[in-house]
Amino acid sequence: MIGSDKQHEKLIMDAHEVARALTRIAHEILERNKGVGGMALVGIRTGGVHLAHRLARRIQEIEREPVPIGELDITLYRDDLAGRKDQPILRKTSIPFNIADLKIVLVDDVLFTGRTIRAAMDGLIDLGRPAEIQLAVLVDRGHRQLPIKATYIGKNIPTSRDENVRVFLEEEGEEDRVVIIDGGAP
Amino acid sequence: MSLKRKDLTGIASLSPDEIMLILETADSFKEVTGREIKKVPALRGKTVVNFFFEPSTRTRTSFELAAKRLSADVINFSPSSSSIVKGESLLDTARNIEAMQADIIVLRHPSAGAAETLARGVKSSVINAGDGWHEHPTQALLDLFTLREKKLEFKGLRVAIVGDLAHSRVARSNIYALTKLGAEVRAVGPPTMIPACLEQLGVRVYYDMDEALHGVDVIMMLRLQLERQGRALFPTIREYSRLYGLTADRLRLAEPGALVMHPGPVNRGVEIAPEVADSFSSVILDQVANGVAVRMGVLYLLSGAN
Repeated sequence: MIGSDKQHEKLIMDAHEVARALTRIAHEILERNKGVGGMALVGIRTGGVHLAHRLARRIQEIEREPVPIGELDITLYRDDLAGRKDQPILRKTSIPFNIADLKIVLVDDVLFTGRTIRAAMDGLIDLGRPAEIQLAVLVDRGHRQLPIKATYIGKNIPTSRDENVRVFLEEEGEEDRVVIIDGGAP
Repeated sequence: MSLKRKDLTGIASLSPDEIMLILETADSFKEVTGREIKKVPALRGKTVVNFFFEPSTRTRTSFELAAKRLSADVINFSPSSSSIVKGESLLDTARNIEAMQADIIVLRHPSAGAAETLARGVKSSVINAGDGWHEHPTQALLDLFTLREKKLEFKGLRVAIVGDLAHSRVARSNIYALTKLGAEVRAVGPPTMIPACLEQLGVRVYYDMDEALHGVDVIMMLRLQLERQGRALFPTIREYSRLYGLTADRLRLAEPGALVMHPGPVNRGVEIAPEVADSFSSVILDQVANGVAVRMGVLYLLSGAN
């Protein structure tokens, strides 16, 4: 896989930092929404889904109340579908509750151009009219191409455009960490 | 992996992996068809042309609905309303459609191989929606999708296909698909309706329905094409029905919980008894519902090819 070459990796967050950032975000979500009432988490496939589950576990530990959780695939809402040679693999959207009038916290791993979040908001609104959409990300690396801002941020990382930020997670058989990989693809 | 092909002309040329990719993609679209707003913007700005040389309500409507739910523009062409009646050839008409920037052409045609011919002649993607007695790939794919949805494993699955296999593109596509995925296929019908050398496709041929149904997990009934009566294929409808009609008694010969499928339109009381068609074993309406999701999947996967 691209980037597994350790020489060009720069560690930005280790497993402890990832865990602390998520714990802080869980508290911030509860503080802002005054508990879990009328609220749900929706993870963006694939990294965001894992993070959403972790946040849900922390929130339940703190509040002793479960928070509904959904999984969103944004493929069909991408703005670059028409120009692609191969269609990206489609995964399933699974949101087993009615999002109408809920406060939805979208969860993603890296916030970059903002295009994914635009697609996610469109996808979400096709399912109903939420009362509010908030955004939680583990890493904000800047370089926005759309006017989008995260509500909760694990860590701000200044990067150059041709650098590549990757979030590795236990759920995918990696040690939890965030790294910057120099230049090139993808 | 992705579907690296321009066209879908038949199941015969698909690999098992490609079949599974289509089924998995269709699964995501099934979720979309269950939403309140059943529309996604994936094919916005693309044009899909339904080019149907044979009467068809179900398949054409299903493709039309699938394309519309993907936000594509849809045009329906049928011979009575086009210049085919004025003597224009298939390829010339298709090139004209292509010149209008059609991205995907869905073709149903009475001649075997028509889709393949068209696919070679135009740059647009071509989807075969039935060509003569040859293939009807999206029907087989939606049948597989329905079986998978009912939690059946293809490997070792015992499937009986009953009826006029010689003149059935649905049967041919299903035989290719099921055998590729490791199912055991039994073909059942009167000798006049079983094509020569069918065994070469890895199928076991039966002429006695009761014997064939023993222990099967799935029974796929084919429509008796009543318009073929009088061509010496079967003496009377009543005799055909007695020998090859699926009744409640016959259904009991299959595995408990066996599924009954039919590509439609159903001749009630001929190839299938009404109480069987309406029973819990019947998944006939699931097949229709799944048709839209499967066709959305195929349209989506092929739309990246241009």
